[in-house]
Amino acid sequence: MATEPANTRYDCIVIGAGHNGLVCAATLARAGRSVLVLEAQPQVGGAAVTREFAPGHHVSACAHLVHLMPAQLIADLKLEAHGLKWAARSMPTTALHGAGEALAIGPSLSGADGAAYARYSAQMRRFAAALVPLLSKVPPRLGTDNWRDFAALLGIGWKIRRLGRDDMRELLRIGGMNVYDLLEEHFESPALKGALAFDAVLGTNFGPRSPGTVLTLLYRMAGEFAAGAGAHSQPVGGVGALCDALAKAALAAGAKIRSSAPVARILVESDRAAGVLLESGERIAARTVVSSADPKSTFLQLLGAAHLDTGFVRRVKHLRARGLAAKLHLALDRLPQFSGVAAGALNGRLLLAPSMEYLEGAYNHSKYGEYSAAPAMEITLPTANDAALAPAGRHVLSAIVQYVPYALKDGWLNERERFMELCVASLDRVAPGLRNSITGAELLTPVDIEREFLISGGHWHHGELAFDQFFMVRPVPGAAQHRTPLSGLFLGGAGCHPGGGVMGVAGRNAAQQILEAGEAT
Amino acid sequence: MSTSEPLAPHFRQPLLKTPFHRRARELSQIDSFVAWAGYSTVDVFTTAEQEYFAIRNATTLFDLTPMVKYRVVGADAVPYLNRLVTRDLRKLKPNRVAYCVWCNDEGNLLDDGTVFRLGEDEYRLCTAERQIDWLLDSAIGFDVEISEITDEIAALAMQGPTSCAVLKAAGLTGIERLKPFEIGSFALGEHALTVSRTGFTGDLGYELWMAPGSAEAVWDALMEFGRSRGIRAIGSQALNMARIEAGFLSPHVDFVSAEQTIRTGRDRSPLELGLAWLIDFEKGHFTGRRALLAERLRGPRRQLVGLDIVGNKPAHNALLYTAADGKREIGSVSSAMWSPTCKRNIALAMVDAPHFQLGREVWAEIYLNRELLWERRMSRAVVVERPFFAPERRRATPPGEF
Repeated sequence: MATEPANTRYDCIVIGAGHNGLVCAATLARAGRSVLVLEAQPQVGGAAVTREFAPGHHVSACAHLVHLMPAQLIADLKLEAHGLKWAARSMPTTALHGAGEALAIGPSLSGADGAAYARYSAQMRRFAAALVPLLSKVPPRLGTDNWRDFAALLGIGWKIRRLGRDDMRELLRIGGMNVYDLLEEHFESPALKGALAFDAVLGTNFGPRSPGTVLTLLYRMAGEFAAGAGAHSQPVGGVGALCDALAKAALAAGAKIRSSAPVARILVESDRAAGVLLESGERIAARTVVSSADPKSTFLQLLGAAHLDTGFVRRVKHLRARGLAAKLHLALDRLPQFSGVAAGALNGRLLLAPSMEYLEGAYNHSKYGEYSAAPAMEITLPTANDAALAPAGRHVLSAIVQYVPYALKDGWLNERERFMELCVASLDRVAPGLRNSITGAELLTPVDIEREFLISGGHWHHGELAFDQFFMVRPVPGAAQHRTPLSGLFLGGAGCHPGGGVMGVAGRNAAQQILEAGEAT
Repeated sequence: MSTSEPLAPHFRQPLLKTPFHRRARELSQIDSFVAWAGYSTVDVFTTAEQEYFAIRNATTLFDLTPMVKYRVVGADAVPYLNRLVTRDLRKLKPNRVAYCVWCNDEGNLLDDGTVFRLGEDEYRLCTAERQIDWLLDSAIGFDVEISEITDEIAALAMQGPTSCAVLKAAGLTGIERLKPFEIGSFALGEHALTVSRTGFTGDLGYELWMAPGSAEAVWDALMEFGRSRGIRAIGSQALNMARIEAGFLSPHVDFVSAEQTIRTGRDRSPLELGLAWLIDFEKGHFTGRRALLAERLRGPRRQLVGLDIVGNKPAHNALLYTAADGKREIGSVSSAMWSPTCKRNIALAMVDAPHFQLGREVWAEIYLNRELLWERRMSRAVVVERPFFAPERRRATPPGEF
């Protein structure tokens, strides 16, 4: 195994070669900093990897779509020159409900709901656009004398004010609402409401009736708006290929990447981050350490409470960061046929959330450490867009299963098979015959995600996105602007604002904070 | 609890009774009891002055049981405590005691107390406030066990110049060799005693720690052996007089714990409380260190000081000014008394920068109630060194045969 030459001291060490870590490393390296990225796994990508789960069958291990990464970021890092290709862009969304029926979500909706959808989506897009500055920048701090903090707050207020009186009033009215009530105001069709509500709760610990779910929906829409054209996209080779391109961009800019190099500790000298200690025992010195690991792992394991104040440790410990989404991968010997779904829609998102009550019912179980017998899913068929992911004629199905508890009441050991069977049965109802085409299967519960991708709690946002863990208090007060209480240690992962999803903004903003602070010079 | 009476249900006795309670009842002449940390304790047995003079001239027994006590054990006990308090406890040897303060993240005082090192990895933390939540949250990431043991240990403070002689007479062989802040194990008859040479009076004195079952027997024996040396039970008023002379801070009086303040700006840092000598910035990280470093750099905005005030009228709660005209307010008095031993009118006061420098003159606005007629008096005061009273005998080992 390679080691660093003696007396090497990097400007920056980036812990974790997930998409945020790689974006951060590439941005720092392009600004002339010497950068070393350390990744625990043998491959780069973190949770954004493509993996072979059955012989010859490949799938994106966690997120299976890219819809939040800003086009500007992709252009700045020249990812397309570094090999990023799209297998599909602007993928359609279809709501599966009942046998033999499906509803294409979008302008093609007809009747009263069609008109309402046009009004609703136009207004939500205006709101999302107004919230973009809130989403894409480093959050300002409150109560400082810094004119930039003040200007940033003013800018956000101005954007919202500029919506005009009626829109501003409506945004302030719905901002703290739950998505259930909001959608009830607009629509008739249970299937439409179920599908629209699903986007508000996907990846969260909320049901449609939970307060704050309009905020999570607006957050997602603002992210998509900021990402620019393309909406839901699938990279050729899966999400892992995006990280391969990011790694090439970082390498081209001069960064070094070492995989299979798990970090054991962040080293501290004179109350400053001074480098890292690898699990192999090797010590590597650096002027700045950026962690794209989750906040709990970073502060409580890699740094250690001894270097932090009790009140701060208390806040980190109480950060809500338990995942509630599982990932189901199926290897199929043919392309499944979903009842009522046109062949053209199979290259898009299929949502199994036939009504908001269905979602709320599934959520109810999760509150008590149970899974629902009627699971909600976001399904994609990656091979419909990218045949190379499976052997010729074979297919893969990738589903995010929502409301799957991290802390299952009876533990996952004896429940895994039963739950997988439940998921397959649910799929078989909307895609008759699917069960008989399965040749391989894999289920990643939040516990598996925690273990495999080293995310404390297995939450893909590294911390619940909720009003009290959002924006200028994300992940916790005292570390919300990528800086931490320890000089020279920065946070650059999904635990920071604006959170997870394959976005890369947290990594980019962390790099900008480091460059502005002059920490790495 | 050693009392033989069955305990009434908790809602019938909102205040607990200490193992010395029956003795206190017998000796109390004026039925003056107060609540202290959930226990009923004596404020005054006879008169505060009489009890105070016993502290300075003879020896006294004060029931210390309600003081909150925590047991801290485990392999990480030292790193844990060192991250909790501002002093460097790596230097604390077994059978030694250290006075400490601890702060929140903002560097404001949560509490003060004493840390007893009872064994290699066994410590006892004695505090004014109950704070198990803070202690447990501070334990995140440390291999340490913390439990409250307040009612498992009966405690007596035995303070005054004849205290050593009385303990010796009671059979505590070698007590005279116990140095200040040292802990020793002794026996009084069949009763095991842990004795520390510590106290809250600034005088020669000891604190005795025992099983609740031994409490009454130990009390009786000490009263018996101390009779010829003027032993007397005292309440909290007399103790308070002695502690002001010794310059010790009293929680809720001279500072409010940062966990309990509601208004902004009412928290106090150890730098403001004149406790900079308790902070070791070089020992490694502790909670509040970064905030205190920043405060040290910018200089404290105010400081707790001792005042020597003209006249003999105690300056209770007096506001302080730059001049006799009372135009510019610069602080206030938190503890005040006429010191019978020093023959000085003394006070502890919080004074704004830069007026807290030694030797600075400030003016105290004292209100006197003369048979229901209020008089206002502006008295000149000078910032002076603390403690006001620090006799040699408190440190001498062996102590003199008084």
